[in-house]
Amino acid sequence: MSAAVDTLRLTAEDALGLVERREVSPAELHGAYLEAIGERDGELHCYLRTVAEAEGTSIPIALKDVISTRGVETTAGSRILSGYVPVFDSTVAARCKAAGLTLLGKTNTDEFAMGSSTENSAFGPSRNPWDPSRVPGGSGGGTAAAVSAGLAPWGLGSDTGGSIKQPSALCGNVGLRPTYGTVSRYGIVAFASSLDQVGPVAKTVRDVALLYRIIAGRDAADSTTVELPSAVELPSAERLEGLRVGVPRQAMALEAIEPGVRAAFEAALELVEELGAEVGECDLPLSFDYGLPCYYLIAPAEASSNLARYDGVRYGRRSEGESYREMVEGSRDEGFGDEPKRRIMLGTYALSAGYYDAYYGQAQKVRTLIVREHASAFEKFDVLATPTSPTVAFPLGDRTADPLAMYACDLLTIPSCVAGLPGLNVPCGFSEGLPVGLQLIGPQFGENALFRAGHALERALGLDLVPARLRA
Amino acid sequence: MAITAEQVLHVARLARLDLTDDEVERLTGELGAILDAVSKVSELDLSDVPPTSHPLDLVNVWADDAPHDSLPLEDVLRNAPASERGLFRVPPTG
Repeated sequence: MSAAVDTLRLTAEDALGLVERREVSPAELHGAYLEAIGERDGELHCYLRTVAEAEGTSIPIALKDVISTRGVETTAGSRILSGYVPVFDSTVAARCKAAGLTLLGKTNTDEFAMGSSTENSAFGPSRNPWDPSRVPGGSGGGTAAAVSAGLAPWGLGSDTGGSIKQPSALCGNVGLRPTYGTVSRYGIVAFASSLDQVGPVAKTVRDVALLYRIIAGRDAADSTTVELPSAVELPSAERLEGLRVGVPRQAMALEAIEPGVRAAFEAALELVEELGAEVGECDLPLSFDYGLPCYYLIAPAEASSNLARYDGVRYGRRSEGESYREMVEGSRDEGFGDEPKRRIMLGTYALSAGYYDAYYGQAQKVRTLIVREHASAFEKFDVLATPTSPTVAFPLGDRTADPLAMYACDLLTIPSCVAGLPGLNVPCGFSEGLPVGLQLIGPQFGENALFRAGHALERALGLDLVPARLRA
Repeated sequence: MAITAEQVLHVARLARLDLTDDEVERLTGELGAILDAVSKVSELDLSDVPPTSHPLDLVNVWADDAPHDSLPLEDVLRNAPASERGLFRVPPTG
């Protein structure tokens, strides 16, 4: 039976149809993906571990390894959590289970979701299914590469400054970073709590909307969550009359945007206009000038506080030591990789006596200005559009020696994350034979507008998003 | 914005990281470069701007005071590197 399922092309929506009509059983479908993983994951390394047994009544799902799964090891890509087996489910994992989804496995991530290439994973990098010599993006490169390589119909990632949107752009699929507060973080390994969000990755906008419907909504176990003000709508319209699309001038002025990325983005914008939308320019000067520095103060500061819990006492790796302090310091130095250490150090410094006001305090005020700038852009526009990543997927090793070069990968995704706004990556073309992503940003709770715009664009483009080297 | 090796060591003590000498040397250079880049935020005069600590306007989220089960002790200690008599065991705190 599994031979009849082409996991490279099957959308989650179609897979759901197959199971509902009893043409394929949940176990057969699960098995078909495991078979594909067996064939291709040796090269791509999307999964840190897979689950052989299909437990559920519906289709499979892949979960990023920062999402706690009861009884299934959860490491956040870190040695310090190697061997850690959660004794409870995160709320999103529980909601997936309640919807009948079977857990295929846990996907690779940069350590503690800190990175833009998965090269910071303590367990080795994932590779891009379009060209395995290149990165899949990060931190959620494992989930994104798995979806594009037919190793999962859909999956969940987490996004602090671009960890869902950027890998989706580099792998050529659809990823949603939802509005801050719409999806529970209970049981998610915390990175920066005022920024972290969980969101879906899938082959189509409709699949992403379906999965968002499963995971969104208030959770009593996470006091930062709220009920959605309106129900999730599955997009079907193919025209965009009445939609106002704003393009931030300052984003397009960035020299870091590769010519091929710019060309694919601009061609897609013309198509958006042909579909009936009104496209105009808007201004977000502070957001693009100060967004990245603001983020790289707030996120490390919060990370330094969140990662204080890894002390070798209650769970995780412990190093031997004569005294309590020696044990804690040794456990942390041996357990954390370079990037978490860098961010813990930066964050601790930015929060330390004498520096707090100049760094963290000042960054929080910049954040207010970024929130205000976006709010004023949404007085004139329904959605904003930019390229998602300034570049296509880059070769492994290209940016690992220079932290600032790696941080710049998220130049375009960070400002809206800082403002707490939803963003959707939609594939919009190719450059050098690699996918290019278009980022749609919405106002708070504006997911339905993103789905509508993304779906119409996706239909009109009709791209073949199966990596060329994997096409039969 | 230079940061000295002494400052790096001080911050490492605050962060409970027992850095090796190589790490101290590398981080001194890297943190200096990163601080240079992020110090851009201090260019702005923001004396009249309130800080944003959280993107949602939520104040005082109350939970119902309803009793519920906690994790069994066995589960709480399941991932502990060392435990004894229902407690986490650690070296002397001296």
